[in-house]
Amino acid sequence: MQAFVKVRGIAVPLAASNIDTDVIMPKQFLKGIDRSGLDRGLFYHLRFDEQGSPRPGFILNQAEWRDAAFLIAGPNFGCGSSREHAVWGLMQYGIRCIIAQSFAGIFFDNCARNGLLAIELGEEEVRRLLDLVSSPADNVLTIDLNNETICGRGLEIDFEIDPIRKDSLLKGLDAVGQTLEFRDEIRTFERNYLRENPWLEQK
Amino acid sequence: MHRARTLYDKLVDRHTVRKLDEHAQQVLLYVDRTVLNEYTSPQAFTALRIAERPVWRPAAALGVVDHVNPTVVGRIAIPEDAAKQTSYFAENCRDFGIEIFDMKHAMQGIEHVVMPEIGLVLPGMVIAAGDSHTTTYGAFGALGFGIGTSDIEHYLATQTLIYKRLGSMRVTLDGDLPPGVRSKDVVMALIESIGASGATGYAIEFQGGGIRALSIEARMTLCNMAVECGARGALIAPDEKVMTYLSKTVRAPRDELWRLASERWLSLQSDCDAIFDREVILAAKEIAPMVTWGTSPDQAVKITECVPDPRMQADPVRRHAIERALAYMDLRPGQPVNTIQIQAAFIGSCTNSRIEDLRDAARVLDGRHIASGVRAIVVPGSMSVRRQAEAEGLDRIFTSAGFEWRQSGCSMCLAMNDDVLARAERCASSTNRNFEDRQGAGGRTHLMSPAMVAASAVAGRLADVRQLVGER
Ligand code: SF4
Repeated sequence: MQAFVKVRGIAVPLAASNIDTDVIMPKQFLKGIDRSGLDRGLFYHLRFDEQGSPRPGFILNQAEWRDAAFLIAGPNFGCGSSREHAVWGLMQYGIRCIIAQSFAGIFFDNCARNGLLAIELGEEEVRRLLDLVSSPADNVLTIDLNNETICGRGLEIDFEIDPIRKDSLLKGLDAVGQTLEFRDEIRTFERNYLRENPWLEQK
Repeated sequence: MHRARTLYDKLVDRHTVRKLDEHAQQVLLYVDRTVLNEYTSPQAFTALRIAERPVWRPAAALGVVDHVNPTVVGRIAIPEDAAKQTSYFAENCRDFGIEIFDMKHAMQGIEHVVMPEIGLVLPGMVIAAGDSHTTTYGAFGALGFGIGTSDIEHYLATQTLIYKRLGSMRVTLDGDLPPGVRSKDVVMALIESIGASGATGYAIEFQGGGIRALSIEARMTLCNMAVECGARGALIAPDEKVMTYLSKTVRAPRDELWRLASERWLSLQSDCDAIFDREVILAAKEIAPMVTWGTSPDQAVKITECVPDPRMQADPVRRHAIERALAYMDLRPGQPVNTIQIQAAFIGSCTNSRIEDLRDAARVLDGRHIASGVRAIVVPGSMSVRRQAEAEGLDRIFTSAGFEWRQSGCSMCLAMNDDVLARAERCASSTNRNFEDRQGAGGRTHLMSPAMVAASAVAGRLADVRQLVGER
């Protein structure tokens, strides 16, 4: 997993609520058996028209925002389908952090598992950030995970993150490898658990 | 000292292998079982292959092909990319020792229909799977929730997940539902009232006389769609109805194990003095058949109501959301929803494709025919449901009414196969998501119960099933 320590980059304002994973990564990009090619699928119907040409009106197609590293959005970002392809596509595009009023649970976890930082902020703070980065001259932010701060021109916002999540993001740890260090504990638990619930052993 | 606990707390506590923080807000959670599908699992298996890790407990997983398969009879002509997914899925299940119901298997179906019907969902279990509607299993008092592909990998390799405890929300349904109102309407009314993120961060427990009165299948509909208001877990304490349902399944425990298990299951409930973080109370008598008008499941009204007017919405973000939805859906503010004309009707999906759903829709369609200009398909949730429906003669009612009678799968719920809405085509759908482009690029989805889809298909517009069949 990619580590996140301190990143400086362009932030894209997407003020809508309930941006779902069908919109982030439409179904026609879910047909692979690997993770490749998902940057093209990101926000496909918003970015491209029926002929596959870029829609000039969409913000990621505008020169000032094209190389975005951060997204700023309203409440319930990533709702809907569990497809992790949405997170892979965001990261392949170059997005390293999403700041939103709230996230849907599965999406939030999928971010953590891939090293995509997801920050929840209050409505007022999201509004301030949206206002700031809507101007191309002020659309660069620095996000410092260690100090839990977001800095932009004339603005510094503190955020909070769960310490376990923070630690694994900072180090870019492999969750499976870490959990397998508790292998014996899991075995012992399982043995007792299946003895107490013997009907679970059969299938 | 006795500490009152909710059913949710009890299930999490019971499955905690170790605490990951001081207050056990994050735990390493033992997961009893999973179901895998062909489109969210391949990258998880690839990661296992690369790291040379085995699957911890292969017998605790079932593979089901459901998302990409065609549903036309014979299941011919599967496109190359879908074929690649299904063959890699079969290879993974074979190499890692996991049972699979592939496309042509007699027990194939939508994963959330198959798992309960064969008795793999048992009360007290924790089941995590790579699909958000795993919440369905709460109908049995099992904690089911969706996970992404990285967590599928984590589960397969360790039988556990790193899990953050949720808040608890109790939704009480007081009283009995009026005639013509289904559990789909209850959950749509709930989502409409608390919003699409109203239960984000919570596990819901449904309680109350109205819930007890529901059949197991109706409870599955309720728990299934709870994820559309953000709940990552929706529980109903198991009762005798659950026992009766399970006793008829092929894989539930038998004999001595059954006696042992069922006694334990019936004791699974929240302590009566348990405190929930949030309470929502719904009065059953106020619920009516619901339809969505927008592009988020909370954009819904009663069938007797009108499309909302964005100008009445003070909050600019919400106003913008309404305007955008109306533009996409091509609807006028103030338009009565029962004047909205449809060109397609779809009965299916893990929300509403079980035998009771098909019976309910067939009752409406019996002796009637769909309106001209409407194409209608019914996709049973599983091949078992399909066989049962045929044994009852429901297939003939559907086909005489002008519906196509299909084989099972997700089909037009997310249109990853060839069942797709055309641009601007408008569909009455028994599914769970009305997102933009969900059922096909530019397609327009109105969510409702299967009986309401049937009534709408007959009328050629969104229609109140109560008017068509009288209050029954
Ligand atoms: S029927 Fe629809 S919601 Fe259910 S699992 Fe299939 S695609 Fe997902």
